[in-house]
Amino acid sequence: MVKEEQPESVNRPDNTAFTQQRLPAWQPMLSAGIIIPGFVLIGLAFIGIGVALFVTSRSIQMLEMDYTGYEQNSPCFKCSDESVKNCMCNLDFNIDTLFKGPVFFYYGLSNYFQNFRRYGVSKDLDQLSGDMDAFLDPTSDCAPYQYDGNNKPIVPCGAVANSMFNDTFKLYQIVKGVKKLVPLDGKGIAWWTDYNIKYRNPTVKPLKNAFNGTVKPLNWPKPAYELDPSDPANNGFINQDFLVWLRTAALPNFSKLYRRITEGDYAEGLPAGNYSLEIAYNYPVLSFDGRKKVVFSNVSWMGGKNEFLGIAYLVIGSMCVVMSIVMLIVYAKFKFPEED
Amino acid sequence: MERLHWVWHRCQTLMGRESGQGWYSSTDGLPNKNSLDTQCSPHRVSGKRRTVFAHQGPHQHEYEAVSKNYKGNAIRTTKYRLLTFIPMNLFQQFRRAANLYFLFLALLNWVPVVEAFQKEITMIPLLVVLTVIAIKDALEDYRRYLYDKKVNNNDVRVFCGKQKEYVEQCWKDVRVGDFICLSCNEIIPADMLLLYSSDPRGVCYIETANLDGETNLKQRQVIPGLPLQGGEFTPENFHSRIECENPNNNFSRFRGYMEHSSGVRVGLHNNNLLLRSCTIRNTETVIGIVIYAGHETKAMMNNSGPRYKCSHLEKRLNTDVLWCVALLIIMCLTAAVGHALWLKNIKDPVFVIDVETPPALAGFYIFWTMIIVLQVLIPISLYVSIEIVKLGQIYFIHNDIDLYNELLDSRIQCRALNITEDLGQIQYLFSDKTGTLTENNMVFRRCSIFGVEYPHEENARRLEVCAVENKAAGHTMTLRPQPEPVPSTATWKEPHSLSEKEVVPDPELVKKLNWFCSPVLPLKEGSSGTSSSLELTYITDFFLALTICNSVVVSSSSQPRHVVPEARMPLKSLEEIKMMFQRFSFSPFTALSTLSPHQVKGSPRSFTSRLFTRGKTEFLTSSTPPNSSTSETDPGKESNLETSILRDKVDLPSQEKGGNSGPVEDDIKDAKTTDICCGAGPDLETDYDSDADDDLLYEAESPDEAALVHAARAYRCTLRGRSAESLLVDLPGIGSLSVQLLHILPFDSNRRRMSVVVRHPLTGQVVVYTKGADSVIMDLAETPKGDDQAQEIDCHIKEQTQKHLDSYAREGLRTLCIAKKVLEEEEYEVWLRRHVLAESSIDHREELLLESAERLETNLTLLGTTGIVDRLQEEVPETIEALQRAGIKVWILTGDKQETAINIAYACKLLGPYDQLLRANCGSKEACSAFLDELKLEVQHGQESLTDGVEAEDHEESSSRSFILVIDGKTLDWALQEELQSDFVELSRKCKAVICCRSTPLQKSQVVRLIRDQLRVMTLAVGDGANDVSMIQMADVGIGISGQEGLQAVMSSDFAVSRFKHLSKLLLVHGHWCYFRLANMILYFIYKNVMYVNLLFWYQFFCGFSGSVMTNAWVLIFFNLLFTSIPPLIYGILDRDLPADSLMAVPELYQNSHTSKLHLPYMFWITVLDAFYQSLICFFIPYFALTGSDVGVLSFGSPINASALLIVLLHQVLESHTLTWIHVLVLLLSGGSYFGFVLLFSVYCVTCSPPTNPVGVETLQMSQPLFFIICAITTVTALLPRMFFQALHNTVLCSAALNSSHLDKVESEKYRQRMQHWNRGHSKGNRLSVCVDNPGLEASAASVVS
Repeated sequence: MVKEEQPESVNRPDNTAFTQQRLPAWQPMLSAGIIIPGFVLIGLAFIGIGVALFVTSRSIQMLEMDYTGYEQNSPCFKCSDESVKNCMCNLDFNIDTLFKGPVFFYYGLSNYFQNFRRYGVSKDLDQLSGDMDAFLDPTSDCAPYQYDGNNKPIVPCGAVANSMFNDTFKLYQIVKGVKKLVPLDGKGIAWWTDYNIKYRNPTVKPLKNAFNGTVKPLNWPKPAYELDPSDPANNGFINQDFLVWLRTAALPNFSKLYRRITEGDYAEGLPAGNYSLEIAYNYPVLSFDGRKKVVFSNVSWMGGKNEFLGIAYLVIGSMCVVMSIVMLIVYAKFKFPEED
Repeated sequence: MERLHWVWHRCQTLMGRESGQGWYSSTDGLPNKNSLDTQCSPHRVSGKRRTVFAHQGPHQHEYEAVSKNYKGNAIRTTKYRLLTFIPMNLFQQFRRAANLYFLFLALLNWVPVVEAFQKEITMIPLLVVLTVIAIKDALEDYRRYLYDKKVNNNDVRVFCGKQKEYVEQCWKDVRVGDFICLSCNEIIPADMLLLYSSDPRGVCYIETANLDGETNLKQRQVIPGLPLQGGEFTPENFHSRIECENPNNNFSRFRGYMEHSSGVRVGLHNNNLLLRSCTIRNTETVIGIVIYAGHETKAMMNNSGPRYKCSHLEKRLNTDVLWCVALLIIMCLTAAVGHALWLKNIKDPVFVIDVETPPALAGFYIFWTMIIVLQVLIPISLYVSIEIVKLGQIYFIHNDIDLYNELLDSRIQCRALNITEDLGQIQYLFSDKTGTLTENNMVFRRCSIFGVEYPHEENARRLEVCAVENKAAGHTMTLRPQPEPVPSTATWKEPHSLSEKEVVPDPELVKKLNWFCSPVLPLKEGSSGTSSSLELTYITDFFLALTICNSVVVSSSSQPRHVVPEARMPLKSLEEIKMMFQRFSFSPFTALSTLSPHQVKGSPRSFTSRLFTRGKTEFLTSSTPPNSSTSETDPGKESNLETSILRDKVDLPSQEKGGNSGPVEDDIKDAKTTDICCGAGPDLETDYDSDADDDLLYEAESPDEAALVHAARAYRCTLRGRSAESLLVDLPGIGSLSVQLLHILPFDSNRRRMSVVVRHPLTGQVVVYTKGADSVIMDLAETPKGDDQAQEIDCHIKEQTQKHLDSYAREGLRTLCIAKKVLEEEEYEVWLRRHVLAESSIDHREELLLESAERLETNLTLLGTTGIVDRLQEEVPETIEALQRAGIKVWILTGDKQETAINIAYACKLLGPYDQLLRANCGSKEACSAFLDELKLEVQHGQESLTDGVEAEDHEESSSRSFILVIDGKTLDWALQEELQSDFVELSRKCKAVICCRSTPLQKSQVVRLIRDQLRVMTLAVGDGANDVSMIQMADVGIGISGQEGLQAVMSSDFAVSRFKHLSKLLLVHGHWCYFRLANMILYFIYKNVMYVNLLFWYQFFCGFSGSVMTNAWVLIFFNLLFTSIPPLIYGILDRDLPADSLMAVPELYQNSHTSKLHLPYMFWITVLDAFYQSLICFFIPYFALTGSDVGVLSFGSPINASALLIVLLHQVLESHTLTWIHVLVLLLSGGSYFGFVLLFSVYCVTCSPPTNPVGVETLQMSQPLFFIICAITTVTALLPRMFFQALHNTVLCSAALNSSHLDKVESEKYRQRMQHWNRGHSKGNRLSVCVDNPGLEASAASVVS
């Protein structure tokens, strides 16, 4: 900034680079000179990433099984009729090679719009963070799952809680005709922040007393404080399954983590062999043409199995290279003759 | 400050301030004849009148009754008061459509069935906008408040009835009816009537610089016939009642009357009125009575603030916004229909909550929900952004050092703040000539008297030297030569050094004048029949006319007017001198303004010397005739009240003659002591005879007048002073004479002439001297019905003069004719009676006066004519050439003669030497119609031959030939009529330039309107004078040249520059930049909105069109409001596609923008399509990467948002042409603020913002590589096509900025070729050959072709 001193004239504009619009500037003009090497670099980098992603994705093992019982030959067909209560069905499958651990066990729903606006809104965050006032007076967002028929407040209120997924699974490995229970780890399946920060139970001990004067959600067989009789730290609003369900899915076809297989003999993964999945079939989806499935998968640094990203990187990377070649041709054609 | 005014003005317009102020117009239907008798029934106070009694006078009761409704003098320009600020400001703001839109959205969100976000979130945009504007308003209002406070607390001396003296009061306490006492250099606090002036003639001088920027002194007159005149004014004895019109904003008109207690009525007019905020000059003390105060003063009522114009780009932007609205509706309809269908097809799902609502109704609700969700698609914030960007652009224009004039110390003034980009699209430029292209620095060049031409060769040579010097000065831009600037009074008369103004007399004429000085002189023209003595009479009359037929005010240059009295001289002795002079006043002219206290203080030496010589020799003899003549004519003028006061004094000198010498000698002693005090004593004695060299400063309303007075002075006909009733002139061989001034019929643009009626000092006859435009005077000059010889002489004179006039005009000189008329006493009396009636009438005064003047100005005897040269401003030819190369058609609209106009056009290179002139001078409409057709054919023919002759690559000389249409005022009148308009337009658009001469202000504006409306082009009008105001206002962009002729043009302009040459940078650089920046910013803004909103739209396909969003609502709102709002502003203010030097060097680049390539509809759609593409990429890459996984709603939105931000910011980097550290900083801050915000939000927002509570989302996402993998590919893929096409485009087309020198070559070559084609084959036609010998016209020699 060069300043010229002109004290005698008050009106004289400052002769600075800024006011005279002479600031040194870089002109980001995209010319062939920048674009060709730039595109080549980007292209090569992308191809590299693409290959890595693709290879990684290929190495991920994934097993998906639909158990909706839509087809007649499906083992769970008998349970697809809603009138049948407490229906159990078994899904048998076998694994050829070792399914490397840790294995993640998901359940998946299709055509299920957890992202439907009025559904996603239908919960009371104050309740769920342990605010006792909100127990007796749930937010109107929860309507129509705000109060029950007797005008008693529902805790936890709202459609999200009410529609919580309630199929349960037990996985057995069939070793020489004997069912051997595979231990499923239900801890740490929810987000750390959800379990430790966002959702809190009321501080009332025992927890049951906090729910005095409220009723459980209509679809729930048990109240919130009795969700997991085996682990008192897994009850109320910090029940891991409930937390997973509360984090509403972004898209209508989604899966949610059910358990991890990390313990005992299966810490290294599921060995090859026959398995049987015992399903307590409670959750109706056929009425809205939904599907249910279970997914076994292991994960890598890039998350779950997804070949799209690898392919996309490869395609874009090669496009960049192609473009740089096109540019080179154009450049050669238009630039050099003129400059000669 | 300007910005504040503008905002204020806009708000006022919005408030719908009543426009009619209730002042009566001239078509009121009140009787205009006998007005004095009929309309003054004593107690009729209609609503249109104001009655004023003295506040401290005997009429207390009346005062109370009448004046209680009159406003006090306190002013309040603030919009708000402290307590009512919030409601008032809100009320103001909700008058804007944009805010109503926000309000509508906010309210819509309160309807439960359509609610999209939390209720408070949709309030945010509204609150932000309201707060920002409220803070701005409050700050501006506070500044206004401070200013008001300062003004209101100024001190002034007001008469207090109790103390019987003048006491200091604040301005704000002044009431209507108060008596105010003001001293020299004080500012007038309110509009008041002048009751007393310390000046014995009852005049005072005011400077109106604060009102209109004119610094020449204007004379005001004490109300005639006040009984207390002469002695000291005593407010207690003031019993009169004042009736005047209601407050209005017309500066130049004031009507009313004062009724004395005796029942006598005196008419009041503008001449008696002192206007608020003017300054008293050259008068020691004045007393006035306040009649309008505070907001009712004319100055305040004229305070209309800057103007608001709607720029073309904004108009086009409105269509784009309409398209956005259409897009929004389509998207919302899609969502509504989609939702209804989705609901219909889905049966009994657990997740659909309320199943009772029929799908159609649910779809309807969704429509409104979507309007809330997608609201940012309508770029309402764009309007706010545009205003901010324009302020930034104005800042840079205002600060451009190239548009700064060192001589005047003035920058460009930007008065209209919102049409900056229109500067970049100008296609037609209409320019005034005088003062715009030329300096308006009139210098006498030559004259013709009695049909004899006096070429003043010596004068011409001197002028040339001056011109060269000037040019050098202009080029080097030093503070040195040219006319020396006097900072305090930066008007036209100061910049002229004496050397330039001074005229070298023609030897021939001097010789003739010397005969006249010989003792035997023919006094009466009738007495001598010989031609030579007649000629002498003519010459004398001619110079007398030059000297007195004007409104020039004389003061001394040795004392700057603005100096505070105490500064230099021991006041006391000077005061005594003055007192003595008044006591022994020798004649009326001793009390003239030349001898006003200031001047006395300034140059006591010259003063005394003059006094001494005059007292001894000339005065005593020469002053006798006026005295006797006055007494003779006294009875005939009883009715003229104005002259009665001084008449007594006229007789004084003769009585006191005997006592002269003693006091004079005392004076000299006094003066000597004074001189010694200030160190100027020694050469006192030697200077006695240098009387004529005395520095007199002439202040005229028009520069021509001053030039003529200076010219006459060169022939020793010197105007020494002026009072209301007489003029003091020196004549060669005779010495000082007092010329009794009977009337001045001032110049007006209808008559185009002015006259003075005087009693001739030598013959005692009543003589009318008229000076005016040649055409008018030539028409009025009639051959006397005397003997043949006289007739013959007269015919000869007229013939010769006409010839000289024509040749002057060809030289580019401004011509004025001088004529006179001798009135018989009876004739004069008859006229006088009607004139007095006209003067004193309240209604229709102007019309009556005009009529009266026209009655007088007949049967004139032509004396001669003058030629005044007006030099071109520096760099005008270069500027015009650059503008033409930029594709701007330059028209000259001037009131001057055809030849003058053509010559100036040559001089400024508007006309090339090979251009073909088409002259249109028609007498009738039919002729005009036929002629236009003929010209059209000719041009057609010319163009055809041009296209035919492409192969013939010869004719070097024809390379720059094209058609120039020259049209005169009369023909223009025909051409502007409806039937011929289209022909005229068609013809003129085929011409390279059009020159309209002899055009009236009205015609100028008609021409501008015609071209603007018929061709739908952007027009710019530039002018400097009051006659250009209508044109400036009519054009899309009006530019005022702030120079010589007051500030009227500047006041009505959008931009005001000081030189014509500034136009080239203003248009070519700033105009281009502003347009380019704004157009790009608008496109970018729309792109940004469409791109972001579409992300939300695509998500609707995956959530049952339910209006869900995958983003936290705060982030959604802030995305536009905060994270991406500053970069476009910086982009709009700072981006520049090409450096200023290239734009100046290659004006052709300007055409890019005025063919509006930047903002064509297809650019809009390309932008929208690109936005669609980018949003598709930005949505679907994350979609495919994450579908089927356990991704949550907010986790899904996180990479989408982040990549959208990166895309939006990087897109701008691609679009910018320059990146400075400011850009980089702002971009980094924008990006940083987004990531900072979401990260902090996801850490600390534990229970806030339901239902889209973000806790843990971003922290988790950004700890995973997948997030970055997705962002990277999304960003690159989205920007890839634009990058590729830009690079391709730049490589193939080799854009201008890459290689501007190269382009320079190519473009100018192309241009040359095009011009060649255009011009080829105009070998025939009525080409004009002009003889040019105007200094500074280089091309002139070559212009004589064929």
